[in-house]
Amino acid sequence: MKTLLDCNKTCVVKVIKLNTKGDLKQRLISFGIMKEAVLEVLEHAPGKSTIEIKVGKMRIALRAQEAELIEVQKI
Amino acid sequence: MNEVDPKACPITANHIKVALVGQPNVGKSMLINSISNAHLHVGNFSGVTVDKTEVLFDYEEYSFTVIDLPGTYAFTDYTIEERVTHDYLCAEDYDIIINVVDSTNLEKNLQLTSELLTMSKKVVIALNMSDEALKEKITINAKYMSELIGVPCVQVSAVTKEGIGELIEAVIKKHENVRNKPKLFFSEPVEEEIAQIVWYLDKHKFESANTHRNIAINLLKNNKKTYATLHDEPIWTELQPILIEASQHIELHHDSDDIKEAFAEEYAAFNRGIVAEVVKQGMKSVKRTTTEKIDSVLIHPVAGIPIFLFFMWSLFQLTFEVGAIPMEYIDSFFIWFGETLGATISNDDIRSLIVDGIIAGVGAVLLFVPNIIILFIGIALLESTGYMSRVAFLLDGFFHKFGLHGQSFIPLVTGFGCSIPAYMSARILKNDRDRLLTLFIIGFMSCGARLPVYVLFAGAFFSPEMAGNILFLIYISGALLGLAAAKLLKLTAFKGLDEPFVMEMPKYRLPSVKLICHTVLTKTMMYLKKAGTYIAAASMLIWFLSNYPHNLVLEESYASMISKTDKEDVKSKLKYELDEALLEASYLGRIGKFSEPLFAPLGFDWKMSVALQTGLAAKEVVVSTLGVLYSLGGDVDEGSSSLMGAISKNISLASAIAFIVVIMIYLPCLAASVVFTREAGHIKYFFYLFAFTSITAYVMAFFAYNIALFFT
Ligand SMILES: Nc1nc2c(ncn2[C@@H]2O[C@H](COP(=O)(O)OP(=O)(O)O)[C@@H](O)[C@H]2O)c(=O)[nH]1
Ligand SMILES: [Mg+2]
Repeated sequence: MKTLLDCNKTCVVKVIKLNTKGDLKQRLISFGIMKEAVLEVLEHAPGKSTIEIKVGKMRIALRAQEAELIEVQKI
Repeated sequence: MNEVDPKACPITANHIKVALVGQPNVGKSMLINSISNAHLHVGNFSGVTVDKTEVLFDYEEYSFTVIDLPGTYAFTDYTIEERVTHDYLCAEDYDIIINVVDSTNLEKNLQLTSELLTMSKKVVIALNMSDEALKEKITINAKYMSELIGVPCVQVSAVTKEGIGELIEAVIKKHENVRNKPKLFFSEPVEEEIAQIVWYLDKHKFESANTHRNIAINLLKNNKKTYATLHDEPIWTELQPILIEASQHIELHHDSDDIKEAFAEEYAAFNRGIVAEVVKQGMKSVKRTTTEKIDSVLIHPVAGIPIFLFFMWSLFQLTFEVGAIPMEYIDSFFIWFGETLGATISNDDIRSLIVDGIIAGVGAVLLFVPNIIILFIGIALLESTGYMSRVAFLLDGFFHKFGLHGQSFIPLVTGFGCSIPAYMSARILKNDRDRLLTLFIIGFMSCGARLPVYVLFAGAFFSPEMAGNILFLIYISGALLGLAAAKLLKLTAFKGLDEPFVMEMPKYRLPSVKLICHTVLTKTMMYLKKAGTYIAAASMLIWFLSNYPHNLVLEESYASMISKTDKEDVKSKLKYELDEALLEASYLGRIGKFSEPLFAPLGFDWKMSVALQTGLAAKEVVVSTLGVLYSLGGDVDEGSSSLMGAISKNISLASAIAFIVVIMIYLPCLAASVVFTREAGHIKYFFYLFAFTSITAYVMAFFAYNIALFFT
């Protein structure tokens, strides 16, 4: 199983599943991170603790713990 | 802005109450500003507006009340600010919604729009940022869009003010017309389920303000409020099994066990359809946008943080260097002004009140207006360019180690300007524990009002070349101390799981000069106003406390001693002693003398002790107190009559360092304490904060004093 955290910079992936529930899931969905959405990894912060991704036209910063919950597939 | 008391607002036929709703950072506040000449705070990051604000204005024969609501990504209660919006939309009474969307990112914005459409409220969509869309070669067919979703859509730009008139016209027209029938369609399986519930509601002639279709959608979406209202209805027993079955069908169709997710996908599909129909992207944009290019430097994994530190350092360097230029003039102006005005007043007491009290106190505070302005410009740039979110991104990992949330950065940076809005903006944090933790730390970020104290002391003890670095050092060490305190609190008082960190990074925007000037001017005016009212009053009070009671015995005994001698230098020496003795015998002197033993281990004399105590009211008062005390006191001999000179002469470096440490750490001011208590939710937190900051300040200052003594 590959998660968003495993992706390198400039990697383009598709979301398969969000392995989370409740508020956080709602939050991710409201940012457009949902099944079938296409994500691009833009940058890692020092130590890979935080990553910046692009969803559609929006740039979003996520922490490693959150990125790990997003199951993705390379396209 | 229209200066009408909101409560007195006439509820007439021509009054329209508009709720302004949209995702964060789409230009809602700016749109109100350009419609109404209001001065709401605008900034380029999510979480600028954290509370609702009403703005009133007139347009032709209509009077409008517009409510600027905090931005919300979806119809949820994720953070406090989002709860403000959600509660307002569901519970309050208003006529119409203006849904502001960002034309350059329509698909994401429609996510919220489609939820608004199930509210059975009149809605007008403002396609904002049309100037930016034009630049990015994005064209939206607003007319076609209005037809497709059944809601008027108007292209506007809050910056160029294009389309503002049309928007208001559309709102008026919509207001006069009957409720619109938004056309929001779902996939066939979902539509079938909706139809069935609608049929059932129709059959039972269920009465409600909302349409049956919307009720059905909200029920399927698991909307708590709709559930609550229907739960007590007699039809509920029959409706419930139908609902459960319908939900199962939809979940099955979406291959998900979460109905909300299923609906989000439905909305997304609908929105994609709309966007495909109405948006034209001229010539597929280049590989990398400007924002991405800038980001590749500013949030570079290695260079990012040094660049940020460099910016900070430059800001403080500028604050001191450029701020020092007009300072001399301001200083000599107030000395001249005091002397000139003093010469015209014959009554000793009144002259002293005006010259040594008000002019010395207020002048000492106004001296630092140039520094304050530069600091405010720096903060305004940080806020309006979009760099703020980048720094949050860069520092999140670091902050996280100390138990703080990356987004805490936003309230913390705001804290460099003033603690009050900083306490408010902690609302962007979802988790109460994280929020409280951030609230406790905000005070460690030295606010603008403390800058005068720092500039005063840095200028008194260091050469101009060094003073800027010292300022930078003071701010950085304050921030680092704050982080250490956060760690301590996280390990003890605020233990618990971490809040997720998901934050939008806005695109970089070149802030308009007008906007920057405006923000800076507003804040500076507030500082000036404070100096003219609050600080002037405090200076008078301090003057009074340091002049009374008159000690006649002391005065007479010195008067006889002075008359006995004819040597001029002995005379002036005796006069000096008298002034000091009188000051010490005053009310304030007694307070100072009383508390002196407490502060003695930190190397403070009684004047400094008093200044710290009056500083609890506001940090500017520290400066004005010192100003009054040193101008009343024995500073009569030759040389500098300026406060800076008096300080370098009367205070040792070690004491000065300890003094700065206390200023850095202890409570910001009375007003901030009130806001803190409100935001924290309980008075007990104020006492915790008071104890925590006072003890930390005392201990740190004690160490600083002794270490400095050791080296000097
Ligand atoms: N180019 C452009 N920028 C805008 C427009 N409206 C707002 N902005 C910018 O967008 C950012 C967010 O504005 P703000 O009013 O604080 O958004 P709010 O969070 O929705 O209240 C600010 O940097 C504004 O300068 C517009 O019509 N055109
Ligand atoms: Mg706003």
